[in-house]
Amino acid sequence: MNNRKKRYAINTALVLALFVVLNTLISVGVIDMYYEGIIMMIGINIILATSLNLTTGFLGQLALGHAGFMAVGAYASALFTLNAGAGLPDILLLVISLLIGGLMAGLFGVVVGIPALRLRGDYLGIITLGFGEMIRVLLINLEITGGPLGLRGIYPLTDFTNIFWIMVIVVVVIFSLMNSRHGRSIISIRENEIAADAVGVPTEFYKVFTFALSAFFAGVAGGLFAHYMMVLDPKKFNFMFSIEILVIVVLGGMGSITGSIIAAIILTVLPELLRDFSDYRLLIYAVMLLGIMLFKPSGLLGTKEFSFIRKRDKEDMKTEGLGGEE
Amino acid sequence: MEKLIQQLINGLHVGSIYALIALGYTMVYGIIKLINFAHGDILMIGAFLAYFMLSSGLPIWAVIVISAILCALIGMAIEKFAYKPLRNAPRISALITAIAVSLFIQNLFMILFKPDPKPFPKTVSLGSLSLGGIRLDGITILTIVVSVALMIALEIFINKTMIGKSMKATSQDSKAASLMGININRTISVTFAVGSMLAAIGGILFSMAYPLIDPYMGTMPGLKAFVAAVLGGIGVIPGAMIGGFIMGIAESLTKAYISSQLSDAVVFGILIVVLLVKPAGLLGKNTKEKV
Repeated sequence: MNNRKKRYAINTALVLALFVVLNTLISVGVIDMYYEGIIMMIGINIILATSLNLTTGFLGQLALGHAGFMAVGAYASALFTLNAGAGLPDILLLVISLLIGGLMAGLFGVVVGIPALRLRGDYLGIITLGFGEMIRVLLINLEITGGPLGLRGIYPLTDFTNIFWIMVIVVVVIFSLMNSRHGRSIISIRENEIAADAVGVPTEFYKVFTFALSAFFAGVAGGLFAHYMMVLDPKKFNFMFSIEILVIVVLGGMGSITGSIIAAIILTVLPELLRDFSDYRLLIYAVMLLGIMLFKPSGLLGTKEFSFIRKRDKEDMKTEGLGGEE
Repeated sequence: MEKLIQQLINGLHVGSIYALIALGYTMVYGIIKLINFAHGDILMIGAFLAYFMLSSGLPIWAVIVISAILCALIGMAIEKFAYKPLRNAPRISALITAIAVSLFIQNLFMILFKPDPKPFPKTVSLGSLSLGGIRLDGITILTIVVSVALMIALEIFINKTMIGKSMKATSQDSKAASLMGININRTISVTFAVGSMLAAIGGILFSMAYPLIDPYMGTMPGLKAFVAAVLGGIGVIPGAMIGGFIMGIAESLTKAYISSQLSDAVVFGILIVVLLVKPAGLLGKNTKEKV
């Protein structure tokens, strides 16, 4: 128990230190606007990837429409700030709009997740794919979302500080969930759904729950994205974008939260470095994905979690043992 | 009334192309349980090959034969290099590999031939028939005839020939099939070859109907054909045909009576409803998973 507390303390200290370092660098101007933008995008991508990892990595169900949930969240939260934004302090407005975005996306997650209950295997992938496409088509055709032109003039409510802390909260929530009894139930569905059902895990509940939660966080990421970009273009949330998020999860390792974080950093920075070769970016993506699948199908970290603290007490080993081996 | 019949004919036209492409999805899924996301891109390759051959003046029948054969080889190569190493891996890995192959092909073609659409040469100038107020384009008749003929040929191939029967056996139980002396690897290769051929021909027919080709052209028809395969019951060949026709007709009716923008949403909506009511698809058998 003592060891565990120590780990929490060290992790908290590391996160705080990272924040202080980045924040200082930004305020003294070592990190300029451009790099600050990249860091903010990294934060949003981390939320997206860890949330998709819930469904694809831990629940073991392929979801191909994550961009759709993000779009729902982005539009819902942007529409809220545009229509009800007057008078509220910025931070409160942001929090409420993110909650609204997340809840809307989560609601859609339940709606899509319930049919997914009745289907097994690849069908969830197909349904989410269809759903993602439907959302995109609806966004282009509805009046309230601005049609093909998208939404413009969204208030800029996000900055480095709030993206960073929201990201930390999301990661901590997902991490503690996956290390809880519920998390183990979710992982048991991935390992063998029929067996999990047989030993009394309410698989249907956990499938919908995980799916909706994953959608909720995607919606939160969408809300952050909307208030960072200030414009929403329905074309952004297409099938390819869902794939890009999936690539992050796969590269990091399906079932590894730290893997998703590392991969989100790599795959957000890499395209910026490859700016001069922008035509080749997706080709490089494809080759990378193929390479990972053929040579290391479990991704960079597999289902392991990366940690600075190696020593674990017995209790912790037991808690994480389930997801620990391949 | 005339408008309705006209739209139904248009629907049959596109639907028969979807059905042709859906056959490839359904055969591959039936045999190795993989959604071959690269299938739509084989269609695109077929159309591009045809574009270059037609531009160099080859006759249309030679163009179709050559691009079908080349696409068959490409399909087999994809299976050998990308899917075969993963045959025993978790299905999610194989699926992601298929997505990666699709991305790879699209972006390779985008770099090689630029993303801007190219006009597909007008090849066969068939006249059009007018019956009352209904117009029957030559190309429409040709497409439907070619598609239906190919589907019948495929049914005969699968039910009557040795290799076709071994495909059926492998899709039922590949382990038992291999114990009975069926060469599984060869059977899977042939499946990919046949599916890719049909996709190539589908691609050429598609480009004749919508004469603009670009590296991403395979995605949407590919997705819709896949939805058609799921709709009819994936793994079931007549199901793919029925699914294809339903999709085509639903799409053209939506375009005519509701909104051309919403046709994609309607198509996916139909899929979701069907999966809810009959998860195995229209002609699919419900199989219980064994413990």
